[in-house]
Formats: sequence, structure tokens, C-alpha cells
Amino acid sequence: MRDTLRAAWLVLRKDLMLEWRARTAFLSTLVFTVLVLLVFNFGRDPTAIGPLDLAPSVLWVTFTFAAMLALNRAFQLELENQALDGLLLAPVSRSSIYLGKLGANLAFVAVVQAIALPLFALFFNVDVVPVLGPLLAVMVLATVGFVAVGTLFSAMVIRTRFAELLLPVLLLPFLIPPLIWAVMTTAKLFAGRPLSEVAGWLRLLAAYDIVFVALATVLFPVTVSE
Amino acid sequence: MNHIRVGRWISGGALVLLAGVYVRALAFTPVERSQGLAQKIFYVHVPAAWATMLAMGLVGVASILFLMLKDDRFDRFAASSAEVGTAFSLVMLTTGPMWGKPIWGTWWTWDARLTLTLFLFFLFIGYLLLRSAVTDAGLRARYSAVLGICGLVLLPFIHLSVYFFRTLHPQPIVLKPSAPSLPGPMLVTLLCSVTVFTLLYVGFVMQRYGIAVVRDESEPHHG
Repeated sequence: MRDTLRAAWLVLRKDLMLEWRARTAFLSTLVFTVLVLLVFNFGRDPTAIGPLDLAPSVLWVTFTFAAMLALNRAFQLELENQALDGLLLAPVSRSSIYLGKLGANLAFVAVVQAIALPLFALFFNVDVVPVLGPLLAVMVLATVGFVAVGTLFSAMVIRTRFAELLLPVLLLPFLIPPLIWAVMTTAKLFAGRPLSEVAGWLRLLAAYDIVFVALATVLFPVTVSE
Repeated sequence: MNHIRVGRWISGGALVLLAGVYVRALAFTPVERSQGLAQKIFYVHVPAAWATMLAMGLVGVASILFLMLKDDRFDRFAASSAEVGTAFSLVMLTTGPMWGKPIWGTWWTWDARLTLTLFLFFLFIGYLLLRSAVTDAGLRARYSAVLGICGLVLLPFIHLSVYFFRTLHPQPIVLKPSAPSLPGPMLVTLLCSVTVFTLLYVGFVMQRYGIAVVRDESEPHHG
């Protein structure tokens, strides 16, 4: 168990270091995310629909797209120079490669979200500070679910034709249940409802995370073995 | 070749029986009091939904068995079941709104079962798209097994996420803890139709399986 986590940490560090040195993928994802927020702002009639009515949907649709874009690159960078083969030859378990990739993707998406959230609050005039704690909890729970399934699927689609198209088609049906719960919770939080009203959704999100992280850790070795 | 021939006989027989079910449903089953003739679509809609669920469940089971036993027959079966399931889910998704419009006054509502079946349809489509996008037969089998298992695990979550929504769709009337509340003749017609749709599923899957066998023989296999 300790070896698995140590190897996972090494994979995670390698991915983030590559990301840090190039920064292209990160900057593109960030700019894309901000642009989606802008598109939403202009995609509504401001005299008919107040920003707060749309805010939960805007936040979550933006995060879903951001996660999808980030996931496309996770294994893409392993394709160059057959880096994936090198990674698979390393004397570490396949599950730890998955966990490392999962961690790196989570860090990537988390940084994008950390920058996008204040911008969202600014653009849509939403006071997120009073509900920041619970909101961050929802964001963590939902993002773990998104990225757990997405990391598994992105490992599969990179070796298919039309990888960038196929990932959203396969992934979106899996993202919709956590998306529903996250939007419900966020709407209640913004409306100032007590936490007890959202506990059920949070539990569902946690259950989804546990089930899919476990399932993906078991299934990932199947997708990369030769 | 044998699978195709047997499957063809079963499908042919089931189609004849299906005509019989229509005759029984239209002429020998009482007309429902409040819905009138519109309710007759029930005898197609519910069995199609049953065949779709059966197809999805068996794709999941075959995927698990394939990863455990590495036997190509399970992969072929899963692919066949997914294709046939897509057809049945289309029948269900088209007969549903046709029934919903006159009775509910709306073509579509975001109810638990409607949403669940729409997801089933998209899972089937995604599964078939993934299969068509992988050229290596060994990879294709493993990837689609992974997706099949994930889909099976996803279904209860979709069900949970939409279960609490307001609904227009009727509550279960046959498979429920108390005795079925469907009148006798209607229940018999429904059960006949479910049996015929199950036969159709078996016949179609056998034909599709036979085609997959022929295709695999002509296509070199990579590990």
C-alpha cells in the first residue's frame, strides 16, 4: 500500500512538473474556462433572468467543460515518444499509475477552479464568501467524481480515432449524476438554505466518488496492459 | 453460420407471435376506461423497455465475464446485445412520447424512468461508438468491457439522482410488493408481449452473434 502511494506520488509529481515547465495546457484551459463564463453572461437576457437564477448552472457547466478539456491532455502527453510504454515498463503497479494520474488531473482542475471561482463571483455578482466552506466541499466531491471516471476513459480514448470527440461522448453521461447533485446543492447554498437540506446530495456525491475511484483503480490496469 | 440460421428462425417465429399479440391487444383485450385506445401502446412500450433493460444488464454481465475469463465469446455477445438493445431502446423512446402526448399532454418529462432510459440509449450509443473507433480487436474487447461495467455501475446512480423528482410516469403496477393491480386479461396480454419481445431479443442477438463470428474469422485477431 505504501509503495503504491509512493509510486503514485512520483507519477503525480512528474505530470505536474511537465505541466509547470510548459504551462500551455494549463493556460489554455484557464482561458477557455474564463471564456465560457463570459459566453454564459452574454447568453442570457439580463432584463429577464437575474444572474443569481442562473449562477449554479453556469458554475457547474463551466467546471464540467473545464474538467473535460483538462482530461483530454492527461494521457495525450504520454503519447509523444512512446512515453506511456516507458511508464508501463517502470516497476510500479498499474493502479499506482492511475492514482498518480488522478492526483495530477485533480491538482490541474483544482487550480483552474480556484482561479475561476472568484471570477465567477465577480462576473455574476454572487456573494460566495458566506457559503465558501460548504461550496468548496461540493466542488471537491464533484470534481473527484468527474476526474475519477474521466482519467479512466481518457486512458482508453487516446488510442482510438477521434479521441477528442469520443471522450465527451463517453464521459458526459457519467458526469450528469454528480452534476445534478452539485447544482442542487449549490442552488440551495446560494439561496441561504441550511446545510441539513443538502446533506443527502453530499452523501450521494461521496458515494459516487468512492464507487468510481475504486472501480477505476481496479479497471485501469485492463486498459493499459499489452 | 448455425447461430444466424437458428436466430433467424427464432426471430421469424417471434415476429409471427408479435402479430398475434397485436391482434389480442386490439381485439380481445378490454379498452382501458379513462385512456381509451391510446393505452394499447402499453403492450409495446413496456415490453420494449423490458428488452432494453435486459440487454443493458447482459452487456454488463458479459463484460465482467470477459475480463475474468478472457473468452472472446463474451465480447461478441456483449457487442450483439448492445446493438439489439439500442434498437429496443429506440422503440421504447419513440412509443413513450406517442403515449405521453395524448395522456399527459406533453411529449417529454424529466422523470426518473424517462431520464434513465435516455441515459441507457446514450450509453449504448457511446458503447457502439467506442467499438467502432478502436481498430485492434483485442483492445476493442477490453475497452468496451471496461465501459460496459462502468455503465452497469452508473445506472443505480442515475436512478437515485432522478428518483426524487416530480413525476408523471405511472408507478409500478405489475412488479410491486402487493398483487398486480392490472386486470386479468390485460395482464395476460402484457405477459404474452413480454415473452414475445424476449424471444425477439434472443433471435436478434443470435443473428448478430453469428455475424460477429463470421467477421472475426475473416479479420486477423491481435492480442
